[in-house]
Amino acid sequence: MSQRENRIDRLFADRSRKRFIPFLTVGDPTLEATFHLAHGLVEAGADLLELGVPYSDPLADGPTIQRASDRALANGVTIKDALNLVERLRQSGLEAPLVLFTYYNPVLQYGVERLFADLAAKGADGIVIPDLPIEENAAAVKAASDNGVHVISLVAPTSDSRIRMIGQQATGFLYCVSSLGVTGTRASLREDLAEFLQRVRSSTKAPTAVGFGISTPEQVKAIAPHTDGIIVGSAIVQEIERQGELLADPAQVGEGVKRIKTFVQQLTSALQ
Amino acid sequence: MTATNTIKQQVPDQYGRFGAFGGKYVPETLMNALAELETAFAEAQEDPGFRQELGDLLREYAGRPTPLTFADKLTSHLGGAQIYLKREDLNHTGAHKLNNALGQGLLAKRMGKNSIIAETGAGQHGVASATVAAKLGLSCKVFMGTEDIKRQALNVFRMKMLGAEVIPAESGSRTLKDATNEAIRYWVSHVDETFYVIGSVVGPHPYPYMVRQFQKIIGEETRAQILEMLGQLPDEVIACVGGGSNAIGMFYPFIQDESVALRGVEAAGHGISTGKHAVTLSQGRPGVIHGAMTYLLQDEYGQVQEAHSISAGLDYPGVGPEHAYLKDEGRVQYTSVTDQEALDAVALLCRTEGIIPALESAHAIAEAIKRAPQMKKDQILVICLSGRGDKDVETIQRAMEERAAGGDVQ
Repeated sequence: MSQRENRIDRLFADRSRKRFIPFLTVGDPTLEATFHLAHGLVEAGADLLELGVPYSDPLADGPTIQRASDRALANGVTIKDALNLVERLRQSGLEAPLVLFTYYNPVLQYGVERLFADLAAKGADGIVIPDLPIEENAAAVKAASDNGVHVISLVAPTSDSRIRMIGQQATGFLYCVSSLGVTGTRASLREDLAEFLQRVRSSTKAPTAVGFGISTPEQVKAIAPHTDGIIVGSAIVQEIERQGELLADPAQVGEGVKRIKTFVQQLTSALQ
Repeated sequence: MTATNTIKQQVPDQYGRFGAFGGKYVPETLMNALAELETAFAEAQEDPGFRQELGDLLREYAGRPTPLTFADKLTSHLGGAQIYLKREDLNHTGAHKLNNALGQGLLAKRMGKNSIIAETGAGQHGVASATVAAKLGLSCKVFMGTEDIKRQALNVFRMKMLGAEVIPAESGSRTLKDATNEAIRYWVSHVDETFYVIGSVVGPHPYPYMVRQFQKIIGEETRAQILEMLGQLPDEVIACVGGGSNAIGMFYPFIQDESVALRGVEAAGHGISTGKHAVTLSQGRPGVIHGAMTYLLQDEYGQVQEAHSISAGLDYPGVGPEHAYLKDEGRVQYTSVTDQEALDAVALLCRTEGIIPALESAHAIAEAIKRAPQMKKDQILVICLSGRGDKDVETIQRAMEERAAGGDVQ
């Protein structure tokens, strides 16, 4: 690991507070909107931002995030734009840790080593690659470590005997998939979720964050005692979709961001 | 005779890798299911009971062994190599797909899973899966792109008659790639109770290996049949490649026979220069699709590109990882033919041999039409006739009518 202090590590150094982690698709509906939304979400209480790189074949995502991806791809948004957005957010004074979410093929085509060097140079702190299980991630983990960036490992309710193996390798935070299936909101969460999270926490030194299917303040409140962080994606992306016209219009983007902030504040206030 | 390289390495290795290709690039939720499948398949392969049950079904239900037919009129028409056809079109349900669907269906039962899902392009794998589900008493959902549902109405109807639910995939190009995405997503959500029957030598390990093991019967029979008929091995073997399961099934038992040239034929669609094609192995770059590292049609940022072919079974932007390996090792030569060449091959095989081939298989015939005249009269050329053309007659009719009307089918 390089000498640069990683913002994720700094954030989770204090584990007494629960952290809120929203997800945005970069370029949905425009790159400009994502820039303003990122600032707005931090003002609304987000502790760490997950920035999704749009992809043509998002295997781990449900229809909501796939539609967001399609909108961004129609705008020609690439992984390069995502990196440039990170740089611009840093230049504008945003201090929260930033994590990219991208499938492995765009990483491969960009070049694994080059990507991690650029992540560090632009000011990103980690990356989530949902289709890169630990068996395949050696090159990425090495490049990440060389550049002071974290490859965020995922662990699922079906991981069973793999939980310990994954937990021991995890750095930054460990992304706990709350339910079987792809991303998307769910009316109810698994009954054995607390038990699963307990198993994960006893298998790792890394902080944990729970995602997939969480959409309401009630769910946030129920899960918070069992984790260090809560990730909400589809529910926010759905709101962005609803406010798409405002957000895409440079004259009204401020009003659009305000509405998303109001939505996110309901979720973050459930953590306090 | 074409010089060929020798493959000495055993593939795949313990990580499911064929050289640099293959592997498991899937969401963590599926990793345990893949490990269980690996174990269950390894045990099944060693179990005489499983082998016997599968062997009985292949013989008494599927109709194996399929014949190896000497195509005498096609041979004299082309005036070169002696051409033989491996008749996978005579399998029950009309294609080689049944070999694999029976194997995986039995494995699903052995693992205690009562529901199977499948993806399909041309519908042949969907029909095979629906058939196996009916025969073995499993429930079956088949994911199919809405574009393919339009192109393959007959097979959609067959699947429904057999009791399967056909689930339309609306995203992307609405073809096989997107049907596969939807099937994987469904599988992630229902992994505890569902067995995913993948239809080609694609997907994460152990699928490319397992499907090859179920399909290698094509080449094993061919090898034994030609030795029995002629007392010698063929000089060349040709098969079409989309995902590549009939081709791997045909090639694999000949890999160690250095004197046998192997040729895989991809779909050049409207022509490689038009960009509307499915020529993955020569026009793609290594990348990850549907859980495996392989050659892939993609843009510079890794977005998967849409493939095009008149044949719904060939327009897949990826290819089985073992083919990627065999290409790089130089053991198999990969070529391509256009939609028009495939259509011409359909017409020729109909008139000379009284066989209506599937559009997929017609790509292999079209390549043979080019190759056979360049070979000597005492040389032997075997073509894998992977399926019959019933499902394609509407597409073929439309293309022929457009051409007769002076329109350009391309």
